[in-house]
Amino acid sequence: MLDFTILTDNFGTYLRGFGNTAYASVLALAGSFLLGTLLAVFRITPVKPLQWIGTAYVEFVRNIPLLLVVYLFFLGLPSIGVVLSPFACGTLGLAVYTAAFIAEAVRAGILSVPKGQMEAARSSGLSYGMTMRLVILPQAVKIVIPPLNNQFINLIKNSSILSVISGFDLMFYADRIASDTYVVFSTYIFAGLFYLLLTLPLSYATGWLERRLARHD
Amino acid sequence: MRQRKWFVLGLAMLVLTVLTLAGCGKKEGNGAGGASPSSSASASSSAASAGGTSALDAIKSRGKLIVGVKYDTRLFGLKDPASGKVEGFDIDVAKGLAKELLGDESKLELKEVTSKTRIPMLDNGDIDLIVATMTISEERKKQVDFSDVYFKAGQSLLVKKGSPIKSIADIKKGTKVIGVKGSTSVKNIAEKAPDATVLEFDNYQDAFTALKAGQGNVLTTDNAILYGMASQDSNYEVVGGTFTDEPYGIAAKKGNADLVAFVNDYLKKLQDSGEYDKLYEKWIGETPMKE
Amino acid sequence: MDFKDAYKWVNLEFILEGFLVTLEVAAAAIALSFLIGCIAGTVRYMKIPVLSQLAAFLVELVRNLPLLLIIFFTMFALPEVGIKFGIVQSAIIALTVFEAAMISEIVRSGLNSIPKGQVEASRSSGLTSFQTLWHIVLPQGLRRMVPPLVSQFISLLKDTSLAVIIALPELMHNANIVIAHNFQTAVPILMFAAFLYFVVNYALSLASRRLENRMA
Repeated sequence: MLDFTILTDNFGTYLRGFGNTAYASVLALAGSFLLGTLLAVFRITPVKPLQWIGTAYVEFVRNIPLLLVVYLFFLGLPSIGVVLSPFACGTLGLAVYTAAFIAEAVRAGILSVPKGQMEAARSSGLSYGMTMRLVILPQAVKIVIPPLNNQFINLIKNSSILSVISGFDLMFYADRIASDTYVVFSTYIFAGLFYLLLTLPLSYATGWLERRLARHD
Repeated sequence: MRQRKWFVLGLAMLVLTVLTLAGCGKKEGNGAGGASPSSSASASSSAASAGGTSALDAIKSRGKLIVGVKYDTRLFGLKDPASGKVEGFDIDVAKGLAKELLGDESKLELKEVTSKTRIPMLDNGDIDLIVATMTISEERKKQVDFSDVYFKAGQSLLVKKGSPIKSIADIKKGTKVIGVKGSTSVKNIAEKAPDATVLEFDNYQDAFTALKAGQGNVLTTDNAILYGMASQDSNYEVVGGTFTDEPYGIAAKKGNADLVAFVNDYLKKLQDSGEYDKLYEKWIGETPMKE
Repeated sequence: MDFKDAYKWVNLEFILEGFLVTLEVAAAAIALSFLIGCIAGTVRYMKIPVLSQLAAFLVELVRNLPLLLIIFFTMFALPEVGIKFGIVQSAIIALTVFEAAMISEIVRSGLNSIPKGQVEASRSSGLTSFQTLWHIVLPQGLRRMVPPLVSQFISLLKDTSLAVIIALPELMHNANIVIAHNFQTAVPILMFAAFLYFVVNYALSLASRRLENRMA
């Protein structure tokens, strides 16, 4: 049933797609982590306008499809004269979309650190920023890591959206192999295995971390 | 014991779900029950291919011809959001087929296909015929049965007016060429201009939108389709003549010889009566070249 | 940007037609994936031999694959081995399979969050394991499942947009057609599409929060 010549004949093509998928995922992870953390801090600062920005961003982006976010970059930017490559549009879209979910995870983590710690640090003379950086965030990280890992797995899976805008990812090359060879079943099974190669280790790491953190509490 | 009961309950619910799903999908009305999706599906496919009744008889007894056409290709099959109607050369051919077979062109049901979905949909039995700007190729002949050629197209290029690209020779390393996934044009361009970067989209709409968005320098597919795009937006023009032959055929599921014979008879009649030339002129705007 | 041309009634009507398909497909997939997810989650919670392992394997497999791949696979690869579905069915089946895996995890962890002591107490007071599940664990577990379940349903509704790749005539598909007619409508049309998704999904998430507050 499985045609292994598909894998051996097109190994280079699969590998190119695999590399691009991994690259887009890492870039989007870094971007969404930075943006997401910033948004989380926005949402819990005492400054009202920042809270509004953070809340509006998270609520809006969480409730629209990723495809739409990607299209806004792919079709929306050119109508104001900015043309980015499909790969860049896809990666940017992924980062912007995932940031909303990361913001929620980070916010939950920060809120789980008892309020008294913030007050204690502030009264001992640390500024708000320093308290966040030195006291709250390091503790929040521990709680945030498992849900963040889940978001990263989602991000890798979601990166397949690049194929819709010709972003040269794994899914795009799988399409190309399928339409070149007319062998669809095996082509997508192997593509699936390449995705599992990225997601399964992360998935197990998350499970392991969750168990470990649960034990230490 | 108790666990067993739970298990039986769960299984019963699962079977129920599968039945519901199978029920949703039962349009063709093949007799097989809904025990599991795989068994019912394979049963229906074997009934279609090995069974005694011919494809032509099946269509006649159903009283409706179901044809897969493009919804996104101006001049051949385009859905107009304003009227909700699908119009084009392919649509008129499909109407003619329905009239010839069932006596009434309204006994035609159109279904949207893309270059990627059309063969699977034909195999599924979702559609009886493909009339969708489909090039007859050796590889595709292994998968479907083609009629005689009903339209002679050739691959060409569409660019924004004033583009430095005037012909296939101008496509060099770094040129971004836009095409459609699963189309012959994408394979041709990879052979004729191997250095170009080929961007592929799911259908012609998305491909043309990508060209307008500035994502590529040139869009390549059959000239007939490109003329439709150029007529839609006067900022774009077709350049460089044709550099391949793309004979379009009407496809039927493999083994449906009677259906293909019927289509060929109809095409011949269309030619002989002069009706074909009128149709060609109506959509393409000129009379077809005679050999 | 051409707002005037974009927001012609024919265009909006066409997009709303697509949104109806989105909602229908999502509703069907939500119902089916909830059913299957509950069964798979309970099977794993009760540790029913063989079935539990099988469910665990399938859930892990599906959870780690992109939905796009599952949609492609259902539509284009399964016919090669004789399993054939139409476009709407393919979309519903692929969405159901993908979301059921997620939902089964929500159900399992919801049930697991009920302290084991309660289960032991009710078992030793003579209730069967089914009765324990039905009367003790499920009512409490369900309360904890509501927020993640609703956000999963929101995901599902958004994920229907991925069926554009198999030409399901849903919201994004129809939006693309309008944009193809006049590229200057791209931004306004995408904004309108975003508005439709947002209204429904935000209403869902508000309802879930209210439900959560009432239950708490």
